[in-house]
Amino acid sequence: MTTAALHLPSRITRRKAIPWAPIALTTLALAYLALLLLVPLAAVFVEALRKGAAYYFRAIAEPDAWSAIKLTLLAAGIAVPLNLIFGVAAAWAIAKFDFRGKTLLISLIDLPFSVSPVIAGLIYILLFGLQGWFGTWLSDHDIRIVFAVPGIVLATMFVTFPFVARELIPLMQAQGREEEEAAVVLGAKGWQTFWRVTLPNVKWGVLYGVILCNARAMGEFGAVSVVSGHIRGETNTLPLHVEILYNEYNFAAAFACASLLAFLALVTLVIKAVVEHRYLKERK
Amino acid sequence: MTTSQLILKRHSVLPGFSLALGYSLLYLALLVLIPLSATFLKTFTLTWPEFWTEVSSPRVVASYKLTFGASLLAALINAVFGTLVAWVLVRYRFPGQRVIDAIVDLPFALPTAVAGIALTAVYAENGWLGAPLAALGIKVAFTPLGVLVALIFIGLPFVVRTVQPVLEDMERELEEAAHSLGASSVQAFARVILPTIMPALLTGFTLAFARAAGEYGSVIFIAGNIPMVSEITPLIIITKLEQFDYAGATAVAVVMLVVSFVLLFMINALQGWTRRRHAQERAV
Repeated sequence: MTTAALHLPSRITRRKAIPWAPIALTTLALAYLALLLLVPLAAVFVEALRKGAAYYFRAIAEPDAWSAIKLTLLAAGIAVPLNLIFGVAAAWAIAKFDFRGKTLLISLIDLPFSVSPVIAGLIYILLFGLQGWFGTWLSDHDIRIVFAVPGIVLATMFVTFPFVARELIPLMQAQGREEEEAAVVLGAKGWQTFWRVTLPNVKWGVLYGVILCNARAMGEFGAVSVVSGHIRGETNTLPLHVEILYNEYNFAAAFACASLLAFLALVTLVIKAVVEHRYLKERK
Repeated sequence: MTTSQLILKRHSVLPGFSLALGYSLLYLALLVLIPLSATFLKTFTLTWPEFWTEVSSPRVVASYKLTFGASLLAALINAVFGTLVAWVLVRYRFPGQRVIDAIVDLPFALPTAVAGIALTAVYAENGWLGAPLAALGIKVAFTPLGVLVALIFIGLPFVVRTVQPVLEDMERELEEAAHSLGASSVQAFARVILPTIMPALLTGFTLAFARAAGEYGSVIFIAGNIPMVSEITPLIIITKLEQFDYAGATAVAVVMLVVSFVLLFMINALQGWTRRRHAQERAV
């Protein structure tokens, strides 16, 4: 210990004098991030405004773009709350109780993350498509699920399924059970315990999960692309609308719509950073 | 109540176990498990030779090589640069650090279709980075190299976010001891730091690989999608679906699903290893 204590200060001061390694490594890392992340992000906004602001706003205000925005909001508006309820229920069961098969359940919750989005769309076509298991019954009763709005909602729910649960499970496990147990022993009812004790403890975790879930729900492309049928003005979400415009070589309009999604991503990152900051502050 | 007594390992005073677990399992089964098993059941409509012909045709095999080869390479590059970025973010202080830290998550937040068209614009022959590269004789967009760039982009945050917390928690004494005993910075990194972050690094690597293998949205715009050259496996599934070849699409999807499940299993094992390693160090 004494030798280390004797040697260290001189080493540190010597290294602080010419910190070439930190400067070189930081420059390299920042250059890598700039080239890989910032250049494409900047390209979205530059390409969007290439034909001027008037063209930009016309592209966004176009009826097909509007119906795409509305469908995107609808799909996220259904998928996020449902996955939130699931996430809270699953985290309550997993974090507050000891039961058989818990590890398996946690792995199964992560399953949608490891499945390709394209396969996430495919599975619903196999169930509800014309050749699918329920295809004949559905067409007899004139119910459309795939190539229609319900399929888009289902595919969005699938790909965003784990987000809230996987944020809440480790957080609620770390919180332990003593506070809830104390509340119940003192006579609090189940819901009271949840609202007054559990929720205030995990509110930042819930918000964090919801934000990430929402970003993915509004931006999902692969899964939704498979089940959408690409009917303009009817079953196009905003990312699909971007693809159609792009494939029609209408680049300025494609990037104009893409810039809305890029803006959403930036807002998501800001809220995420704020939530993380708040959470760390409260923990201290 | 009897069923909950059967699975519960220990009695708890907290309420809501049956409701929370029951709801979670029902939602998981309806949205994820039953649709996924439908995919496997669908392949039973094929005989074994038919299945084999579907999944081993030259065009499909070429797509596996590209998808898994490029995913592996992208994950390796992300392992190196992800560790560098995590190191710089944890060990050094520089202006704008919090912004850079937040922007690392951009590939998680940015919709894949937006990433796809932005990367294509940047790396096309007249793009910001594509033009200088083309002058050097390197074509990125619409070649397998373009696929690699897209997969590096979407996999970037995984290694950073798994290695970063381990570096933050790492005790500096060992490293300082190595220095005081005369080890160079490179030696200290290879012998002291690398073994400590290895489980987290491998977890991040596997997560990045799994994500890249299933990726669709960010790749298809920049890939050019030339059969046998730059066509990824998820696109093969979509092409087969569009030709109403459901059995063929499902057969290829099952191959991808099996690979995903193996990867998921590995990720779980690696995360368990990381946690145990972490707990040991904390105990010491």
